[in-house]
Amino acid sequence: MADEQKPEGSAAPPPKGSEAPKPAPPKPAAAAHAAPPKPPAVMVTTPWDSDITQFLKERFGGEITEFSTYLGQNFLVAKPDAVIPILETLKLELDFDYLVDLTAVDYPKRPDRFEVVYILYSFARNERMRVKTMVPDGYRPATAVTVHLAANWLEREVFDMFGIEFEGHPDMRRILLPEEWQGYPLRKEYSILQQDDAWVKENMGIESGQ
Amino acid sequence: MPDATFLDATELVINMGPQHPSTHGVLRVILKLDGEKVNGTECVIGYLHRGVEKIGENRTYQQFAPYVDRMDYVAAVSNGLGYCLAVEKLLNIEAPPRAQAVRVILTELNRIASHLLWLGTHALDIGAITPVFYCLREREEVLKIFENYCGARLTTHAFRIGGLQYETYDGFEEETRKFCDWFIPKVDEYERLLTNNRIWVGRLKGVGVLNAEECKEYGVTGPVLRAAGVQWDLRKAQPYSGYEQYEFDIPTGENGDTYDRYTVRMEEMRQSTRILRQAVERIPSGPIMGKVPKVVKPPVGEAYVSIEAPKGELGYFIVSDNSTQPYRLRVRPPSFVNLQALDRMVRGGLVADVVAIIGTLDIVLGEVDR
Repeated sequence: MADEQKPEGSAAPPPKGSEAPKPAPPKPAAAAHAAPPKPPAVMVTTPWDSDITQFLKERFGGEITEFSTYLGQNFLVAKPDAVIPILETLKLELDFDYLVDLTAVDYPKRPDRFEVVYILYSFARNERMRVKTMVPDGYRPATAVTVHLAANWLEREVFDMFGIEFEGHPDMRRILLPEEWQGYPLRKEYSILQQDDAWVKENMGIESGQ
Repeated sequence: MPDATFLDATELVINMGPQHPSTHGVLRVILKLDGEKVNGTECVIGYLHRGVEKIGENRTYQQFAPYVDRMDYVAAVSNGLGYCLAVEKLLNIEAPPRAQAVRVILTELNRIASHLLWLGTHALDIGAITPVFYCLREREEVLKIFENYCGARLTTHAFRIGGLQYETYDGFEEETRKFCDWFIPKVDEYERLLTNNRIWVGRLKGVGVLNAEECKEYGVTGPVLRAAGVQWDLRKAQPYSGYEQYEFDIPTGENGDTYDRYTVRMEEMRQSTRILRQAVERIPSGPIMGKVPKVVKPPVGEAYVSIEAPKGELGYFIVSDNSTQPYRLRVRPPSFVNLQALDRMVRGGLVADVVAIIGTLDIVLGEVDR
């Protein structure tokens, strides 16, 4: 328990102070939490096998590198070039006709730095799945607007926040930040206090927004 | 004679907003007009951008919970529920039954409050001044319950990861029951004012049609999708927080126009009341907080959890790296995705209808911009 709280000291004040009055609750929690002393550093997934995976395996073969389930949520990992054909097949032949969300995750230490995530839902099957792909910095994945119109603004937001440009997108501009803004805020090297000082100075007439 | 004079100039580009009362916040819509006809639009958003997702990566799981209330600030309780469910999913725990029932009650009350604010302002946009006073009067009663429960009226931070912070107060059930009895006649009153009102019908029928196919294509959810005839509600399709125990119907429309969206939302308020009545009768006894470690450190992994917020599907996609802070926290805001369909809905319509359509999409800019 003490070990567990160490990294927390600065961030969350409650644990230490509120320890005394009720010693009972932390124990089972700690037991449940600390049972494996070092939780694995990778996502522990189980393989995903269903009619969908069979169909996709036959169709795409080695283009899809992984079919997995985590916490009951299915996802597949595909090579970047195969994503759009997969989305199209999923939409037209397997009824995954609703693109719920499209986003990215930044892993600066990996060679393929960005993970682009497509979250899909099928009304007919009442089922969700995720399509993920890894792309290096500077790679231009093909746009999904050709398959789902909903991807338009979502891709613009990914571009805005991560700087991933989508090839063939009809309107690849920033969406939430001003167009002249420099930098991509959701990249890991972008500090939470960082901002485009030049832009702020010029447009807001103040030294800094902080 | 010159070939073209200014009288021939067919396209006029005007700015609606960002400071315009009917955009419900700071939304700027650039309209391309041919006389009264709208040839196209472009939305300029981001005026309220606060970097919620970046903040999420720099706060612990518990610290971030109050921030989500500031996205859709008229439905803060729903935001909180979605977030708590997402983190609970990552931790692989569930809130105890009592907490789930109280969550349902507060969330449904919040749905009513959100729809009331929508109705009032939407009617105001169309030109009916009275409903907004009535709606805010009824919304006040909901906010009073929130205030009694957790001390806050708008940004409530009512839920905690793993359950609830506060036990219900004395008379919580009684007040909720009283609200239900008192509220239904009020809905009848709004309907008497509006449903068959000639101006209301004239302004809404056939305006801003979005059919089921287009809804799916644009990812539009919530009452807009249901008005297009798709009987889909996450509370039924993929129940969470014990919604499967309650009996309620999913109202749908036929034409997918503004009027149908109005009737769907009106019926949703009645259905919410129905859920409230059932939930309040059977709040189980027991603990209100699950077994949550004091330091929330979900194992390495990721999860997407979504709920049926008043505006549509509100999702949280969280990636954990087994630290106290989310590695990546993505919010899937219904307003942002729904707003994308605005262009499709107003194209070819009249400029006055733009106001009606923005109102009927029920967007909250705090959620669009995050």
